[in-house]
Amino acid sequence: AENEPSWETPCTELLVYVSTPGCDGFPSLDSKESYKLSVSKGSMLLSAETIWGALRGLETFSQLVGRDENGTYYINETEIVDFPRFPHRGLLLDTSRHYLPLRAILETLDVMAYNKFNVFHWHIVDDPSFPYESSTFPELSRKGAFNAVTHVYTASDVRTVIEHARLRGIRVIAEFDTPGHTLSWGPGAPGLLTPCYMGKVPSGVYGPINPIVNSTYQFVTRLFQEVSTVFPDFFLHLGGDEVDFTCWQSNPEIRAFMKERGFGEDYKKLESFYIQRLLDIVSSLGKGYIVWQEVFDNDVKLRPDTIIHVWKDNNLEYLKEMANVTRSGYQALLSAPWYLNRISYGQDWIEAYKVEPLHFEGVPEQKALVMGGEACMWGEYVDVTNLTPRLW
Amino acid sequence: SCPTMGRAMGLAGLLLGLVVVPAVLVSTSLRHGARRAEAEPEPSGWELVADAVPEDSLWPLPQWVRTYPRQLQLAPSRFQLVHGAGSSAGPGCGLLQDAFRRYYEYMFGHSLRRTWGSRPLAARGEPELFELQVVIEAGDPGCDGHPHLSSSEAYHLTVTEPVAVLKAPEVWGALRGLETFSQLVHEDDYGSFLVNESEINDFPRFAHRGVLLDTSRHYLPLKSILTNLDAMAFNKFNVLHWHIVDDQSFPYQSIYFPELSDKGAYSSNLIYTPTDVRLVIEYARLRGIRVIPEFDTPGHTQSWGKGQKDLLTPCYSGGQPTGSFGPVNPVWNTTYDFMTKFFKEISSVFPDEFIHLGGDEVDFSCWKSNPEVKQFMKKQGFGIDYAKLESYYVQNILDIVSSYNKGQMVWQEVFDHKAQLKPDTVVQVWMANNYAHELSSVTGAGFTAVLSAPWYLDYISYGQDWKKYYTVEPLNFPGSEKQKKLLIGGEACLWGEFVDATNLTPRLWPRASAVGERLWSSSNVTNLQDAYKRLTKHRCRML
Repeated sequence: AENEPSWETPCTELLVYVSTPGCDGFPSLDSKESYKLSVSKGSMLLSAETIWGALRGLETFSQLVGRDENGTYYINETEIVDFPRFPHRGLLLDTSRHYLPLRAILETLDVMAYNKFNVFHWHIVDDPSFPYESSTFPELSRKGAFNAVTHVYTASDVRTVIEHARLRGIRVIAEFDTPGHTLSWGPGAPGLLTPCYMGKVPSGVYGPINPIVNSTYQFVTRLFQEVSTVFPDFFLHLGGDEVDFTCWQSNPEIRAFMKERGFGEDYKKLESFYIQRLLDIVSSLGKGYIVWQEVFDNDVKLRPDTIIHVWKDNNLEYLKEMANVTRSGYQALLSAPWYLNRISYGQDWIEAYKVEPLHFEGVPEQKALVMGGEACMWGEYVDVTNLTPRLW
Repeated sequence: SCPTMGRAMGLAGLLLGLVVVPAVLVSTSLRHGARRAEAEPEPSGWELVADAVPEDSLWPLPQWVRTYPRQLQLAPSRFQLVHGAGSSAGPGCGLLQDAFRRYYEYMFGHSLRRTWGSRPLAARGEPELFELQVVIEAGDPGCDGHPHLSSSEAYHLTVTEPVAVLKAPEVWGALRGLETFSQLVHEDDYGSFLVNESEINDFPRFAHRGVLLDTSRHYLPLKSILTNLDAMAFNKFNVLHWHIVDDQSFPYQSIYFPELSDKGAYSSNLIYTPTDVRLVIEYARLRGIRVIPEFDTPGHTQSWGKGQKDLLTPCYSGGQPTGSFGPVNPVWNTTYDFMTKFFKEISSVFPDEFIHLGGDEVDFSCWKSNPEVKQFMKKQGFGIDYAKLESYYVQNILDIVSSYNKGQMVWQEVFDHKAQLKPDTVVQVWMANNYAHELSSVTGAGFTAVLSAPWYLDYISYGQDWKKYYTVEPLNFPGSEKQKKLLIGGEACLWGEFVDATNLTPRLWPRASAVGERLWSSSNVTNLQDAYKRLTKHRCRML
């Protein structure tokens, strides 16, 4: 019949050709994910520079395969040349506000691969709980997890996540957010957090990490030594957001320290004091770092290859922030318009889709510093019962 | 996180026991992602278990509760739910037998100790509670019947050693009481089942407490609907308002008019067969839930036109039919012939005394364009007031349905457009704008009303929006005592434009629980902190 598609000889194989060897390595920010796909009569060829490109091409190939009413699988003659516009395309999961069982994380990684995401930003600990089982400081999860047996990520769990991700060309960037967002660290690390004061007496409540005692930096060094070994990616996310100064202000020893250092009443300087030392520690461990935008906003001295993570979205203020960050020569990641935890009625995917990451005032050299962005699924109202339909 | 093993909705997370953390930490509530101005004070992440009070997980809160410090132990291998002496129901009461099995599972299901061990309880010193006796007081318990608007759901529960007693006039009250009893039973750190001595007297504030599901915008597989009925029972909801067909699809497989779903369903497997429908009705009945189907006309009927020719109004433009169709055609006799036959079937398939006839959002533009309709308007002397035509149609349908001895529920437009309703027609108020005023009007005119306007749960938003549903006071409208009595309850609506089986359960629950308590519990149960405490526990239990 006239209108029937012309069925050519059935295709029996997709040849995958990778020019650069390296199956056993980890993906990085510089990995090339480009690929070419050619489907024609008698031959189907997927060629890529690296295995990571091959993974992307396989996903695309699988999306081209169709099935007709008779159940026959078919594919149209196709030519595709593809590569990502941005090298850092991430998703943030928060396993502190609510614990997410391993299967939820692995399932998320699967769906990330369907969508060509390549970074899993694991916001693993925070105020409410500390599920990360540390070999150096086992008390952290023993005292800080929601449940030390069932609501933790063992070393084996973490390895499973990293490998499951790697096999999908996804980098795992762990975030150990300090000095704020650390309440759950307190029970397992006595003396780490700042004791808040009510007048002259400790109130019994704790605040951010105590930046004035040496034990803090010894602790941080040992913890990040472990974290640097456990997580193979070059980058660690160090947090640095939303540090509440009231507890520091209430503590007499800290006030004395502020005086001694000549910081006056500017607690941002104290925050910077801590962060700078943290960055040095992490650098000396051979890692690069990503920080939330406050670290940049508060004038902390940063390494030139620091990546600034822009998240504040009050009236499109992020456009100005992207301009400032890149003008100062730092690389930037955009998350502000992509806080997917902030649900709303209707087809809100359209708002996320319409965002143009480079739509800020700046010269091309600045625009080139935008590495990409991350969709964030903060966990205050999310657990395994609703993660998947909320995110996808 | 949820400390104890949940019930029916299938979640793995198990826990051996709460880890009690010396809780002198306060979550600073600066959640990343929330602007500072919005930060809500959240309770501490670590709760001291010892402070937990038995009423701490009752939902909805019963009308009258007294709990005592003395606790009783239950042994899963020995504890029994039984028919008490003097009960008008016995082992022949299938509904109660089914409930006994179900509630035993909910309470002890995950326990390994169900079949092992006949050892006496050594671990604790408390006396043992051997059974809960259920006594139905009315002469006819109602085991094989269906629940009605006027059914009694009251119950009286006494938990004391050696046996607890649940008394209820009808089986429906026994179902409610079993749910409450199961909420009182808790596990200690060692896995022992305990219940505090207590006395509860309970009955619902409102008789009509419903959930609307929309299976036309997206088909919902049977499993979804049944899971939802379970959740409704956990929250003492007693009406499933099944908005079964609409513009987008017609999944109801009609016996008289099979073409309706053949041509109108999304596909041949996305339908509800007569067996499916019977299953839903029976599953609901066993939980004391009425199923009120809604066949919404004359608007919202695009999918009907696929399988029923000459039902919908052909729209015209410039004197010619455009090929598109509008609402049901009110001027043809064949329309009423069809509706007569169709509602005969519906009346026999659905046992509830009420059928919802819809009547909302009728777009008059197609009628206005159709020459036959325009001529009819002239003949009837309706002028250009198409609301009169709508009322003409609706009145005919009301008559048809009345003739089958069914009561009718309608959306508020039917009342607003001044159709002549039957005295017992129930008006569902859904428009959010000034709904209190609408409630006054409807009840002022002597009609019974059901409130949905503030409870459109499909309108999701960020954060703890359950609070805004919880703080609604349905009787906050100007009116006399007599009028207020005409507000018989409300319905939480989950319209299906953005909902299917992949997200229905987490979207509807536990948000609908807020509505459930508002409709069951006393009007003075309004404390948000207390509600939060109970709701978090209830939610974990539901999982």
